[in-house]
Amino acid sequence: MKFSEQWLRSLVNPALDSEQLAHLLTMAGLEVEEQAPAAPPFSRVVVAEVLSLQKHENADRLNVCQVNIGEAEPIQIVCGASNVAAGLKVPCALVGAELPGDFKIRQAKVRGVESFGMLCSAKEIGLAEEADGLLVLPAEAPAGTLLRDYLQLDDVLLTLKLTPNRADCLSLQGLAREVSALTDTPSIVVDSTPVGVAHQAVLNVQLESPQACPRYTGRIIRGINFAAPTPDWMLRRLERSGLRSISAVVDVTNYVLLELGQPLHAFDLAKINGGVRVRFAAPGEALLLLNEKTIALSDDMLVIADDQGPLALAGIMGGNHSAVSVSTQDIFLESAFFAPEVIAGKSRRLGFGSDSSYRFERGVDFSATQAALERASRLIIDICGGEAGPVVEALAELPARPAVQLRLARLQRVIGVPFAAEQVLLMLRSLGMQCQLDGDEISVIPPAYRFDIEIEADLIEEVARLYGYENVPVRPPLARTEILPIPGKTRPSAALMQQMLVRDYQQVINYAFVDESWEANLLENAQPVRLQNPIASQMAVMRSSLMGGLLANLQHNLNRKQERVRIFEVGRVFHKTAEGYDQPEKLAALAFGALKPEQWGEVARRVDFFDVKADVEVLLANLPARFNRAEHSMLHPGRTAAIELNGRAIGVLGELHPRWVQQYALPAAPILFEIDLAAITSISLPQAANLSRFQPVRRDIAVLAPETLPVQAIMDSLNSEKASIISEIALFDLYRGKGVEEGMKSLAFRIVLQDMHKTLTDEEVEAAVSHLLAVLEQRHGAKLRI
Amino acid sequence: MQDVNAILERGLAALQGVADQVELEQVKARFLGKSGEITELLKQLGKLPPEEKRTAGAVINQAKQQFENALNQQREQIAATALSRQLAAEALDVTLPGRGMPIAGLHPVTLTQQRIEGLFRSLGFEVADGPEIETDFHNFEALNIPKDHPARAMQDTFYVEGGDVLRTHTSPIQIRYMLNNPAPIKIIAPGRVYRVDSDATHSPMFHQMEGLWVDENVSFADLKAVVTDFLRQFFERDDLQVRFRPSFFPFTEPSAEIDVLGARGWLEVGGCGMVHPNVLKNVGIDSERYTGFAFGIGLDRFAMLYYGVNDLRLFFENDLTFLAQFR
Repeated sequence: MKFSEQWLRSLVNPALDSEQLAHLLTMAGLEVEEQAPAAPPFSRVVVAEVLSLQKHENADRLNVCQVNIGEAEPIQIVCGASNVAAGLKVPCALVGAELPGDFKIRQAKVRGVESFGMLCSAKEIGLAEEADGLLVLPAEAPAGTLLRDYLQLDDVLLTLKLTPNRADCLSLQGLAREVSALTDTPSIVVDSTPVGVAHQAVLNVQLESPQACPRYTGRIIRGINFAAPTPDWMLRRLERSGLRSISAVVDVTNYVLLELGQPLHAFDLAKINGGVRVRFAAPGEALLLLNEKTIALSDDMLVIADDQGPLALAGIMGGNHSAVSVSTQDIFLESAFFAPEVIAGKSRRLGFGSDSSYRFERGVDFSATQAALERASRLIIDICGGEAGPVVEALAELPARPAVQLRLARLQRVIGVPFAAEQVLLMLRSLGMQCQLDGDEISVIPPAYRFDIEIEADLIEEVARLYGYENVPVRPPLARTEILPIPGKTRPSAALMQQMLVRDYQQVINYAFVDESWEANLLENAQPVRLQNPIASQMAVMRSSLMGGLLANLQHNLNRKQERVRIFEVGRVFHKTAEGYDQPEKLAALAFGALKPEQWGEVARRVDFFDVKADVEVLLANLPARFNRAEHSMLHPGRTAAIELNGRAIGVLGELHPRWVQQYALPAAPILFEIDLAAITSISLPQAANLSRFQPVRRDIAVLAPETLPVQAIMDSLNSEKASIISEIALFDLYRGKGVEEGMKSLAFRIVLQDMHKTLTDEEVEAAVSHLLAVLEQRHGAKLRI
Repeated sequence: MQDVNAILERGLAALQGVADQVELEQVKARFLGKSGEITELLKQLGKLPPEEKRTAGAVINQAKQQFENALNQQREQIAATALSRQLAAEALDVTLPGRGMPIAGLHPVTLTQQRIEGLFRSLGFEVADGPEIETDFHNFEALNIPKDHPARAMQDTFYVEGGDVLRTHTSPIQIRYMLNNPAPIKIIAPGRVYRVDSDATHSPMFHQMEGLWVDENVSFADLKAVVTDFLRQFFERDDLQVRFRPSFFPFTEPSAEIDVLGARGWLEVGGCGMVHPNVLKNVGIDSERYTGFAFGIGLDRFAMLYYGVNDLRLFFENDLTFLAQFR
């Protein structure tokens, strides 16, 4: 909410300067978002009257003016404005004046003619961005008056960022009330003495939905002069609140909305057929609104209707047809209370709101409905003339304001500071609450304009606010202490991330919403989780894999001349399920370019599948995971492994499919993996075994196996058949080429044997190794390579 | 005896200037070998009469000892010279860069999160987590934000098909935790959150962290102390000015914005307040017995302040040159 500080000060004027006032409001929870002067600083500019003018003898476009500046003698000013004319009242910067933009006015000769000042446009004195000619002031403006005084420019425009609970401060009267309570300064209540009733014409009002609209008041004002100008003082206040002038009648309704917080509406009486009904819209009804949008009404929208149909969308916006216009002579002025829950949410649904709906959905003072009607009547009659009829009021059950109990003990417990009953009573009463002390409990009836006082906590907040949050001590809590558990069999994701760093993968963070085509193409996911209201089409669906984002990061960084990219991300991915959504956390990584950064003394080599597999194995720690050939839409079908744990796929590892390498125009294929984070956070606790005191024996064997036979098959056989004295079996060489038949490979294994209780004999070692060789030959046709 | 001295002198002279082990062994053989000169002298001792034998023997043995000492000394010197030559030859340019795999870094937002988690763990706060697609109940209703309430407009919400939402804050984590754990409760809940907003200072996805402490006598004074202490420890400034400004959140009451005084005036860094009794009621905690406070901060904002990052968008562009600064 934006308003003029002078307006506020006309209602309450505490002994605070602008800065202090803004600070007071901010620290009371009414945040001053912006504080700007009504006009930039300038000096020695007065109201001047152009008495006469003569063409400049040396310049066609200049006039030499005689100007009355309120002194005995007129002064001479050369002026180039096209709208200058005798009799006009305009601003005049006198010699010595300082204008915005560091512009000083001096006595000067303009093409040989003396000039003792400058007549100003609105732009020259900083009142407008653009101006066309001199700023013309009202004819009654007294010559010689300082312009700043005449236009009340020494004003400050305050913009409040009000929280939704403080609807009572959405008006100058409400703010004055609040400032009065905060500063203990009396505030003026805007005069709403009833206007005299000059005729008896009324409209019948029917409340068809009394819960939605429990109070509706209105009156007919006949014979107004619609064309009457809005007075300057009102225009100025409206303007400084950011409102344009529309017509005197509408300006008055807007003015009272700002002044008292009560939205009003003026109907053209001639456009109303029969009486006024406040009812919910019927199916199929439509209404052309003042903003020239026609909306289809639904049955939860409250309307003001006449005998023929809807006239206005209650509390939100008037209808176009019944609006006041130049031809209006008689008006029906409405002041009503619409229940917040009836107005709430409608502006979001419609895609537009109004100052009116903004207030109604937050709560309007239902005890001041008629006062606002009288206030507006007074102003309309004063400005536009006309005669008021009697006020018609339709009244049902207004919202209750039941008493709320405040226990002093509870107050102290929640705030942490003891309060005296007297102190609390004083504070609450200053806010217009009716209080009754009973023991150490206070029974409080909030005023009608406080929609936010329903429970004890609401009162506790008010006390804390008035006491001042800054006065609550900063006191370190005294509390029971307990040591936090650190489960030994769980690795927090921070530990896994640490391992990724050590393997030289940089962490990235990508948006969780991605382009639908990624999901469709890269991941063959035709049913991604879609957003109803995406911020952009390339962020329309939730990702089902982190790998797409990593690929985009790769491309982004290649475009920025990076040659080696190793990145990882930890985050949730999203899948639809029968019950709703599955949102597991994943860890994914991408490696591209050289295995190691370019450096001296190393032969550069591209990172490959097995390098990244080693990184995955590090992450898997002691988990009994296995890698099996698999397929994935993003990955090379011959270079992809499923990572399996206890028979369940927990991740995938592979080289990017050549199709995507080509499509993304990558110079080579990156290696990617993605693992289910939850599957690898639980590990087994290492259990130490006794060490043997006897020497281990190492035997190396090399076998010839068909190319198509996976090493895993051989390892499985070796491990399942190994004697108990074998402590380790590991592949240490793979050879193809000279000496090995085409279609075969030579695999060399290291076999380590050790006994807990004795030194092994040659016979024992030979027996154990021969058994393994026999198993390999029998099961896999793999023969010892001699 | 003339002989002995002459032989010793010859021997010592021969040792002089010997530069390698092989030559040294030859000199040794010449004097101490089977038919070495000193050996020969000893052999001749047997031919002397017993009384002379003792004196002559002592003289010869003394000479032998002297020669052996000199020999050993020379041997050591040769070894020392050889070693120092070897060491000189093996010297490296130690200023050459180290080789191998470097180490990468965490994202600055994660670093900030871990730093804050550490601070709160020291005060006994556990870390909690929850889903990012949330139900209306967990994200709004349970937090005292009914449908169509104007407070919903404070957070522009992403909706997924079917009506669930992308969580607009980390508060639903608190709701889930309170529904599943009895009081007292002391948690922090960091995570990604989503709002329909995008410009230089807003990202449609960003990170929040909330704290929640529910116990029998937790007060607003405690809240002020914990938040102030946290901010001062986080920014490592004991004199950091912290201000609590009345505000409104549907899920806390009283509510406050948290401001810190920076070089350019007060800067809003978070929100906080006493947990609203309706929220406690919604999760089945007795609000008469328990009170609690909650606070929320923007992790991205804290990372920006901590590391001097001036554009939020840098956090999600994932430019490696930018990220490599945080190692």
